[in-house]
Amino acid sequence: MITFDSVSKRFPDGTLAVDDFNLTLPSRTTTVLVGSSGSGKTTLLRMINRMVDPTAGSIRIDDDDISTLEPVKLRRSIGYVMQNSGLLPHRTVADNIATVPLLSGVKRPAARTQALELMDTVGLDRSLAERYPSQLSGGQQQRVGVARGLAVNPNILLMDEPFGAVDPLVRSELQQELVRIQKDLAKTIVFVTHDIDEAFLLGDQVVLLKTGGKIAQVGTPADILANPADDFVNTFVGADRGRRALRIEQVSGRQVVVDGTGRIAGILNDGTPT
Amino acid sequence: MTWVLANIEQIWSLTLDHILLSVPPILVGFLLAVPIGWLAHRYRVSRGVLLTVCGLLYTIPSLALIVAMPTLLGTKILNPANLIVTLTIYAIALMVRTATDAFDAVSKDVTQSATAVGFGGWRRFWQVELPLAGPVLLAGLRVVSTSTVSLVTLGALVGMSGLGYLFTNGYQRNFATEILTGIVGTVLIAIVFDVVLVILGRMLLPWARVDTAARRNAKTATTKAVTA
Repeated sequence: MITFDSVSKRFPDGTLAVDDFNLTLPSRTTTVLVGSSGSGKTTLLRMINRMVDPTAGSIRIDDDDISTLEPVKLRRSIGYVMQNSGLLPHRTVADNIATVPLLSGVKRPAARTQALELMDTVGLDRSLAERYPSQLSGGQQQRVGVARGLAVNPNILLMDEPFGAVDPLVRSELQQELVRIQKDLAKTIVFVTHDIDEAFLLGDQVVLLKTGGKIAQVGTPADILANPADDFVNTFVGADRGRRALRIEQVSGRQVVVDGTGRIAGILNDGTPT
Repeated sequence: MTWVLANIEQIWSLTLDHILLSVPPILVGFLLAVPIGWLAHRYRVSRGVLLTVCGLLYTIPSLALIVAMPTLLGTKILNPANLIVTLTIYAIALMVRTATDAFDAVSKDVTQSATAVGFGGWRRFWQVELPLAGPVLLAGLRVVSTSTVSLVTLGALVGMSGLGYLFTNGYQRNFATEILTGIVGTVLIAIVFDVVLVILGRMLLPWARVDTAARRNAKTATTKAVTA
């Protein structure tokens, strides 16, 4: 469990990125922080592994105040996946995945074997192990990033817009993959995105942020859609434009789901969900 | 050609002296310039000061510096250290700016993510920043190497051995073949040094070639896509 207790962050230039933020992130679930740029979502994420230290308040992981933990050691115990993968361009795929275990003193052969197993976990062909990151596609690089994040078998996995830079088709593939991995591994995932659909797909708990790290609403995707707290939330999830108000129309004998803007959202399936 | 063959032993011994005088400034200059360049890259205050000082060093006339060395170092006038220290200063002056650029060129995304996964400062320098600065450092080192090999010939003017002797001697005797031999010899040493550096680079930075190739491929792919 991760707890934010009255956390504020003012940067040296005077910007108040986060103001009196309180939140509990339950263990073994996915919490998605979603908001536009300037909402402080990345700052909040980076506070969890002490890449950024709060100017006020405290953050606890289970019962440990993280300000008492040694940053480098703390970071090695937390998985981190970022946009543009952040892989080391001078190391092969297998070495990149093994980075953190090697830093923590795991012997090379053991770290390698584990790296290859992780490649299976994230759906990468083992034949790519000796390639360099620049020889991979964007989607493959992102998978390597996820594998690296999982390498020390961390309880917590931080993901900073990990799928932001890949094309929509690959993104949806990676999202499904993450859902599958999370079903098996049940990590405490903190996921940052500006894409509300991604947030609803991945989040057990979704945190909608306004400027300055102000929470607009916290809840399950269903909660937020069913009871949007205010106009800001309505706008953000697209309810004000009718995107979330679906109705059924009959088209050539089939039931078609149409949203408030008239856009076809899909076909109503009378069978079991696929 | 007959002159060359007749004097091959002397030419060879001058060549060896030339190499012995060239290697220390290149190595020491490189080893000192890398940490200075890193400091200039890391701290904004030191950047201005260091880069300006190094720029100024390079404007001191080389001959003047060699002649001044015995006074500065307290060495004898014919001590090779005079030449070696002078050339080391030039090597540093040339190399520091490149080293600064080399560290600047390392992607911030990569160093940040290295920190985020748990590299401490020291390890991050050795395992991430230094290797990634490698290709630009190598490019700078090749310039320094060539320039040093050519500057060693100046030593002949203050009585130092090396292929420069063939210039002064050939000039006094008004004998073009000897001067030409000196030029060709100097160029050959510079080429050999350069080849050695390139091979070292390929061995130590195998990923750099892949990286460039990948980028080139990506570029042709885009060009193709655009023209198609």
